[in-house]
Amino acid sequence: MTKAPVSGAANDAEPRVVLTARGLRRDFAGFVAVKNVDLDVHHAKIHALIGPNGAGKTTVFNLLTKFLAPSAGRIELMGRDITHTPPAKVARMGLVRSFQISAIFPHLSVLDNVRVALQRPGGLGYQFWRSLGSLDLLTPRAEQLLETVGLQNERNRMAGDLSYGRKRVLEIATTLALDPKVLLLDEPMAGMGHEDVETVADIIRDVAKDRAVLMVEHNLKVVADLCDWITVLQRGEIIAAGDYATVSQDEQVKVAYMGTAHDA
Amino acid sequence: MADMTTTGIDRQTRARTEWLLVGLGIAALIAAPFFLYPVFLMKMLCFALFAAAFNLLLGYTGLLSFGHAAFFGGAAYFTAHAVKEWGWTPEFGVLLGVFGAAVLGLIIGFFAIRRQGIYFAMITLALAQMFYFFCVQAPFTKGEDGIQGVPRGHLFGFIDLSVPLNMYFFVLGGFLIGVFAVWRIVHSPFGMILKSIRENENRATSLGYSVARYKLAAFVMSATLAGLAGAMKALVFQFATLTDVTWQMSGEVILMTLLGGIGTMLGPIVGAGLVVTLQNYLATSEFPVTVITGAIFMICVLLFRRGIVGEILARFSRGEDDAR
Repeated sequence: MTKAPVSGAANDAEPRVVLTARGLRRDFAGFVAVKNVDLDVHHAKIHALIGPNGAGKTTVFNLLTKFLAPSAGRIELMGRDITHTPPAKVARMGLVRSFQISAIFPHLSVLDNVRVALQRPGGLGYQFWRSLGSLDLLTPRAEQLLETVGLQNERNRMAGDLSYGRKRVLEIATTLALDPKVLLLDEPMAGMGHEDVETVADIIRDVAKDRAVLMVEHNLKVVADLCDWITVLQRGEIIAAGDYATVSQDEQVKVAYMGTAHDA
Repeated sequence: MADMTTTGIDRQTRARTEWLLVGLGIAALIAAPFFLYPVFLMKMLCFALFAAAFNLLLGYTGLLSFGHAAFFGGAAYFTAHAVKEWGWTPEFGVLLGVFGAAVLGLIIGFFAIRRQGIYFAMITLALAQMFYFFCVQAPFTKGEDGIQGVPRGHLFGFIDLSVPLNMYFFVLGGFLIGVFAVWRIVHSPFGMILKSIRENENRATSLGYSVARYKLAAFVMSATLAGLAGAMKALVFQFATLTDVTWQMSGEVILMTLLGGIGTMLGPIVGAGLVVTLQNYLATSEFPVTVITGAIFMICVLLFRRGIVGEILARFSRGEDDAR
């Protein structure tokens, strides 16, 4: 993984808050999906959002990335208020998400999946009069990204033909193409085999060296190994936050969560 | 022409075959008026371009418009009016029609792209129907009669378009420019983004693309090219009537595109050729045209959903996979 040259190199080691949410709330026709959620996501840290099914984890993701508008609350990205910013703009500001259902472009090649992500930063979005050859200058960077995640031998395959685990890895490579400051991963390891889980954990650890990561994950072993900070959601509210040791000892968490998913 | 296999190993041989086919096709189109009735051929070319323009939206952006007749028929009215009432030369008349279609596309697209799927289709239908009623009421369209007796005039002031062959090559030129524009747009950086929006709109948004703007741009481009087809048709038949702005016309272009194969370059052209030929032969027979085309549509949807060209291409690439 190449280093992001943009962020102030001197501060990289020092933890600082890059994404903040205060009093986040979302109502769906009378049902409160998320309420009073406060979050602080730190640079160069891996932050996990866990909780039982239906706790509102994905809703929080949708709120943070502006795919859903919050009913109340405030979101700041690197000190700038993004509470009312449209989702594509939020992505351009450096807050990039993945999706629970693997989000790839199935009828494009693996290489093209990554190149599509590189086009906009490369200023090749609206050019309808130029040939596809003009995208060739993005190929080296795309290949580099594929190599990071170990997909270099699949570059010419149709993305839809990849195995499930590989699709997820491709999605991560595509996300990294934007060189995001904050990476939101929605269950990046869901449905993966053991080996793939290890690979993805390594990739995440590596990319978190110079950016913030917030991830939803069900696999508690992964969370324990990987994450620096854990926030537990239940019925749309935060019931505990802290490192793994703190959170796993919390009585409320034990009752709400551990009882059902301890085997992981 | 196969969009689905841009990454084949033998890309070069494939490209060479494609250029050869394109060359043969153009040669056939140049020779055609010496063997077939030019007006029939010109009708085919106009509808083929109309379908190709429509496919830019449905096949490559994933947007089903049910109001493309507004751009096709609207351009026909604008061109007919400019040439007949203002005495414009044909090239400027066509340009006005194209420009008018672009403006209409901008207006209709602006509202339609706010919704997705069936709602998008319904909004385009509703706005196109509003345009239809405007055409019924507005004095310049001459209501039920339409604008009749439109002179073909002299291209650039000296090429007499009332000579059928001159007119044919004018239309062929417009057709080739239009189809090349579709091809260029599809195979461009912008086209890649359109395809990614078709494949996964949320993902495109999360990569920072303002999806609505891309959709609107594609919508306007499609409307503009549909306008070129309509403008030329007005000069070919020397009239512009309400038929071209009805919702049935919007349905017909969907039929042509589906029949030929959505998301393929050649499909809409083949589909349009087939439908126009059928209409031509059935016009003189006892059979009601709509029943036949409806039946063909059903067979197409039930048995070969990829369309004629789409099925052939699928066979082709399947054979290739076996050989590997």
